[in-house]
Amino acid sequence: MKHFKQILFLTLSVFTLGALVPFTASAGSELLNVSYDPTRELYQDYNTVFSKYWLKKSGDALTIKQSHGGSGTQARSVIDGLEADVVTLALAYDIDEIHDKAKLLPADWQKRLPHNSSPYTSTIVFLVRKGNPKAIKDWSDLMKPGIAVITPNPKTSGGARWNYLAAWGSALKQKGGSDTTAKDFMTKLFKNVPVLDSGARGATNTFVQRGLGDVLLAWENEAFLAINELGKDKFEIVVPSLSILAEPPVTLVDKVVDKKGTRKVAEEYLKYLYTPEGQEIAAKHYYRPIDKKIAGKYAKVFPKVKLITIDEVFGGWRAAQTKHFADGGSFDQIYTPGK
Amino acid sequence: MKLFIKQNNILPGFGLSLGYTIFYLGVIVLLPLSALVVKTASLSWTAFLHTVTHPRVLASYRLTFGTALLAASINGVFGLLTAWVLTRYRLPGKRIIDALVDLPFALPTAVAGITLATIFAPNGWVGRYLEPYGIKVAYTPLGILVAMTFIGLPFVVRTVQPVLEDLEGELEEAAACLGANRWQTFRRVIFPILLPAILTGFALAFARAVGEYGSIIFIAGNMPMVSEITPLLIITKLEQYDYAGATAIAVVMLAASFLLLLVINLLQWRSRRYAKA
Repeated sequence: MKHFKQILFLTLSVFTLGALVPFTASAGSELLNVSYDPTRELYQDYNTVFSKYWLKKSGDALTIKQSHGGSGTQARSVIDGLEADVVTLALAYDIDEIHDKAKLLPADWQKRLPHNSSPYTSTIVFLVRKGNPKAIKDWSDLMKPGIAVITPNPKTSGGARWNYLAAWGSALKQKGGSDTTAKDFMTKLFKNVPVLDSGARGATNTFVQRGLGDVLLAWENEAFLAINELGKDKFEIVVPSLSILAEPPVTLVDKVVDKKGTRKVAEEYLKYLYTPEGQEIAAKHYYRPIDKKIAGKYAKVFPKVKLITIDEVFGGWRAAQTKHFADGGSFDQIYTPGK
Repeated sequence: MKLFIKQNNILPGFGLSLGYTIFYLGVIVLLPLSALVVKTASLSWTAFLHTVTHPRVLASYRLTFGTALLAASINGVFGLLTAWVLTRYRLPGKRIIDALVDLPFALPTAVAGITLATIFAPNGWVGRYLEPYGIKVAYTPLGILVAMTFIGLPFVVRTVQPVLEDLEGELEEAAACLGANRWQTFRRVIFPILLPAILTGFALAFARAVGEYGSIIFIAGNMPMVSEITPLLIITKLEQYDYAGATAIAVVMLAASFLLLLVINLLQWRSRRYAKA
C-alpha cells in the first residue's frame, strides 16, 4: 500500500515519542492510546474531538498520543513496558494476555464497559473485483476450485483470526454442520489461498496492488477504506449471508494510569466513545456503531447481515485460541500432514 | 596457528587490548546471546525437542538454510565477476556502478521486499513476462532466493574487491611467461589468492540471508511447509506469546549458523595457508 512507509514512519515515531513521554514534563495531562493498524484515522479524529471536550469540561489541556501496529505486536509492547494508559486492540485475546503475562489489568476487564467493552463493532465481508467476475456470493463459493482467496495468516494476524472464525462458523451453521464438516470446509478453502501475508494490510496490498486473488476476506471498515482510496470502479463489497460480529475491545491499563495519575481522564476517554458524538465518529470511519440512533442514521451504509458471536459459537476467545490457533490447533492441522 | 599466547610480543599493550576485546565481545555479543539461552532454559528438554523438531519447523530449516546457501553461492560467482569488472576494466560510469553495489545494504529491508514483490508479482514488470512460461517468482521459494541474493551481493563484492586491487598485473604476466594459458593462470594463480576473500564474502552473505526477515516476508508467500522461513516461525511463536518457543527455535538456528560459519572459517584458513605455500 502506498501509505506503508508513512505508516511505518508514524508507528516508529510514535514509539519513540512514547518512550520520551516520562522525560517531557508538560503542563496538561497526557494519554497514550496503544491501538492496532486500521484505527489510525478513527482515533486521529476522535482525539481532536475528545481533547476539546475535555478542555471544556476540566480546563485541562490534554495531549493524546497514538501508537499503531499489529494487534499482537502492540500487546507485546505493553507487556514489555510501553506505558499505555488505554489499549484499543483488535481482539480480546490480546488484552487477556496483557493480564496473564504482566498483570497490568484485572482478569474481568471486559465486563467494565458495556457491550463486551467494544464501543464499535465490525464484521467480515468479501472484497471482489468490479463486476464480481467469479460470481462469489457466499462462503461456500470460496472453496470452489479455481477461486483464489486472499486472507492473512491467522497465526500472525489478529484480524485474520476473525476471518478464520467467520468462515468456520459459516460452515458450522450449515444444515448438518459439525466440527468435522467445518474442518473439511476450511481445508478446501485454504487450498485456494495462494499467499499467507503476515498482516491484514499486507493482504490488502497483495489483493489490490499485486492483483492476486479473486476475493479478499476483510474487515468491513478495511474494505470500505480500500474502495474509497482506490476507486469504486475497481472493487466491490460482497456481504455473505452470515458473518461474525467482530468486537475490537477497549480498556484501561490500571497499573499505568494509577502510576501516572491519569485514571480519571482515561476512563472518560473510553466512556466518551459510547456517547452519540463518539459513535458518530466511529460510524464515519465505517465501524458499526452500537448506539441504536446513530446506527439507524447509518443504516444505508451497513447492510443487515446475520451475525454469530464468538461467545455463543466458540465459547470466547481463550477457547477459540486454544482450539484453532495455538500450535497443533485446527489451523496447523490443515497444513501439517498427519501427526 | 598457535594456540598459546606468546608472552614476548614486540608490540606493547597486548594485555590491555586483549582484555578490551574480550570485554567488548562479551557485552555486545555474548550477553544478549546468553539471555537467549536462559529464556530457552525455561523449557523442559522434551518440550524443547518437540518445538524444534516439529515438521513445520524442520521444513523451515531446510528452506532457510538451503536457500541461503544457494543464494550465497550465486553471489560467490557473480560477486566475483562484478568485483573483477570493477577493478580490472575501465568503463564509463564505473563509480556509479561501484556505488550501486552497496545499495542493497542501505535500503531498508521492508522496502526491498515490497519492491521485489512488485516487480516479480504476476502483474509486475518482470513477473508478467515470466508468467506465461509458468515461472512464478513472487510468493514461491524462488522469490525467497531472489530476495536473499539481492541482499547478499555487496558482501562478496566488497570482500573480494580490495584483494583484487592489491593483486599485481605482474603476477599474471609472470604466469604467462612461464607458459600458463589464461585458464591455468586463473585457476592456479589468481583463484587461490582470491579464495579466502571469496569464502569470507560467502560466509557473510550466507549469515545475512539466514537472518533476513523484512524483505523476504513480502515476497515469500509464507505458506506453511513450502515457503515459510524460520524467522517467520519465530515471529509466529511470539504472536502467540510463546517467548520460550520462539527463543528455542532461535537457539537452534544460531547453533546451526555458528557451526556452518565455523566450517567456512576453517576452509578459509586452510585455503589461506595453501595460498601462502
